[in-house]
Amino acid sequence: MTTPQDVAVADALPALFPTVRQRGRIAIFIRRHPTIVVGGAFLLALLLIAVFAPWLGTVDPTALAPARRTRPPSAQYWFGTDMLGRDVYSRVLFGTRVSLFVGFSVAILASTIGLLIGIIAGFVRPLDTILMRVMDGLMAIPGILLAIALMALTRGSVANVIIAISVSQIPQVARLVRSGVLTLREQPYVEAAIASGTRLPKILWLHVVPNALAPLAVQATFICAAAMITEATLSFLGAGTPPSIPSWGNIMAEGRAIWQVKPYIVFFPAIFLTITVLAVNMLGDGMRDALDPRLAKSI
Amino acid sequence: MLIYAIRRLVATIPVMAIVALFVFSLLYLAPGDPATIIAGDQATLEDVERIRVSLGLNEPFVMRFCHWIWRILHGDLGVSIFSNQPVTLMIAQRIEPTVSLMVLTLVISVLIAVPLGVIGAWLQGSLVDRLVMVFAVLGFSVPVFVVGYVLAYFFALELDWLPVQGFTPINAGFWPFLRQLILPAVALGLIYVALIARITRAAMLEVLSQEYIRTARAKGVGQPQLLFFHALKNAAVPIVTVIGIGVALLISGTVVTESVFALPGLGRLTVDAILRRDYPVIQGVVLLFSFVYVLVNLAVDLIYKLFDPRIRY
Repeated sequence: MTTPQDVAVADALPALFPTVRQRGRIAIFIRRHPTIVVGGAFLLALLLIAVFAPWLGTVDPTALAPARRTRPPSAQYWFGTDMLGRDVYSRVLFGTRVSLFVGFSVAILASTIGLLIGIIAGFVRPLDTILMRVMDGLMAIPGILLAIALMALTRGSVANVIIAISVSQIPQVARLVRSGVLTLREQPYVEAAIASGTRLPKILWLHVVPNALAPLAVQATFICAAAMITEATLSFLGAGTPPSIPSWGNIMAEGRAIWQVKPYIVFFPAIFLTITVLAVNMLGDGMRDALDPRLAKSI
Repeated sequence: MLIYAIRRLVATIPVMAIVALFVFSLLYLAPGDPATIIAGDQATLEDVERIRVSLGLNEPFVMRFCHWIWRILHGDLGVSIFSNQPVTLMIAQRIEPTVSLMVLTLVISVLIAVPLGVIGAWLQGSLVDRLVMVFAVLGFSVPVFVVGYVLAYFFALELDWLPVQGFTPINAGFWPFLRQLILPAVALGLIYVALIARITRAAMLEVLSQEYIRTARAKGVGQPQLLFFHALKNAAVPIVTVIGIGVALLISGTVVTESVFALPGLGRLTVDAILRRDYPVIQGVVLLFSFVYVLVNLAVDLIYKLFDPRIRY
C-alpha cells in the first residue's frame, strides 16, 4: 500500500540524480543532430586556437628570417617556413583570428542590416518596391565581383573587407526577412495588435523580430561560411586583408608564386580554411534541419 | 509567350539601371577623392588633375551619370587609365578563355550533377545517397582556388596527364584547347555540381512521391525511363532555376580560376585592373558580368514552359 511518504520519496528520486537525465538528453541531442555537434565542436576548437594562438608554441608570425627561407615542414617548423623565413605554423594559427573575426562580423552586420531592410520593406508598403528593386540590382552583381569592386577603391583594411563582403550578402537576408514579414503581418495576433492600437515599433519588436530570428540564424551561419571563403579569395587575389596581417588568404597568396616546388605553404592554410568553413556549414545544415524537420528529409 | 518575354525583358531594365547606378557611384562611395585614389601614392598633382579631367570628375554627379549611361548605350565603356585602350577592345581580346571556361564548366557540371542528384533521390538513404550529400556539403566548403591547386598538383605535376597552366585558343585545334581547360573547368565546377546535385535530389524526392509515378511503375515503365523521363522532366523547374542562379558562382569562380591556371581571360583582366586601380576596366567588367547574369536568369524564366506546360505567363 502506498503511503504519502512513499510517493514523496518516489517524486524526489529523479531530483537526486539530475545528471542522469541531463546526460540522457545530451545523448539524444547528439544522436538527433550529429552535424550540429560535430560542426560546433570543430568551431569551438578553432575558436580556442584563435584565442590562445600566442600560447600554442607559436613565434611572432611576422618575424622575418631570410636565412631560413622555404624550409620544408620539420620538428622545428611544423608547417615549414615561407619565402621570407616566417614560420608558417604561427602564421596559420594567427590567421584563424582573421578568418573567424571576418566571418562572424559579416554574419552579424549583414543579418542586422538585412533584417532592418526586410522589416521596413515588409511593413512600410510605399518603400517596398524601391527597396526590393535596389536589392534585386545588388543581387545581380556576383558577390566576389562586388566585393572586389568595393575593395579596389578603398584602402585595404580588415574593416573594409568586412563591409565589402557584407554589402553583397545583405540582399538575400532582406529578401528572406521580407517574405517572412509578409506572412506574419497577416497573422491574427499581429492584426489584433494593430487593431488594438499597438504602435508599430512595438509590434515589430515583440511579434515580428522574434519570429524572424530562427530562419535568420540559419542564414547567418551560411553567410559566415561564405564570408570566410570570400575573405580568403579576396586576400588571395591581392584585394583583401592587408599583406602585413597573416590571414589564410594572404599566406596562400604569398605561397602562390612557388607553389609548384613548395606546395606546403599553400596546403596548410587551405586545410584550415576548408575545415573551418565545413564546420560552419555543418552547423548551419544541422540548425536548419532541427528548425524544420519536414525540410530535413528532402534537402 | 512573346508578350510575356517582352514584358520580362522590360522588367530587367530597372534592375540593370540600378546595377549601372551602383557600379557608377562606387567611385564616389569610397572615402577621399577618387582621382587621388586612382592615381595612387606616387602621383603628382598634374597626374591627379589629368585623371580628374579624363574621368569627367569635374562635372556634377547627375551629368556625369547621364553621359556615362549614354556612352554605354552606344557601346562605349570608356578608356583604360593604364593602357589607354578602349575597355570594349580589352574585353573583346580577353573574352574567349572566359566564355570557353564557363560554357565547358556549365556542360560538365550539369552532366555530372543531374545524374548524381537523380541517383541520390532514387536510392534515398543508401550509401550512394549519403556520399552524394557529403560531397554536396564538401563542395560548398572548399574554396575554388584550393580545389584548383589540389587538382593541378596531382593531375599536372605528379601524374603529368594534363598541362599545369595556360590557354590554347580553339583555332589551334579542339583537343589541345580542351586539354588545357579540363582542370580549370573541374575546379570551377565543383561547387556548381554540389549545388545542382543537392537541388536535383530534393526536387526528385518531391516528384517521386507523386501518384503518377506509382501509376507509371504499376504499368511497367522501366526504372531508367521512369527516373529520367517521367520524374526528371517534372522536377526540372527548380533544377533549371538553380542552374541559372548558380551562374553567379561561375562568374565569381572564373575570376579566381583564371588566376590559378593563368588563363588570359576577363577574370585576369579584372584582377590586374584592381591591382592597378584601373577603374573604367573594373566598371566595364562588373557591368558586363551582371548583364550576362540577368540575361541568363531571364532565359531561365522563359524556358520554364518547355518543362512544365501547366505554367501560364
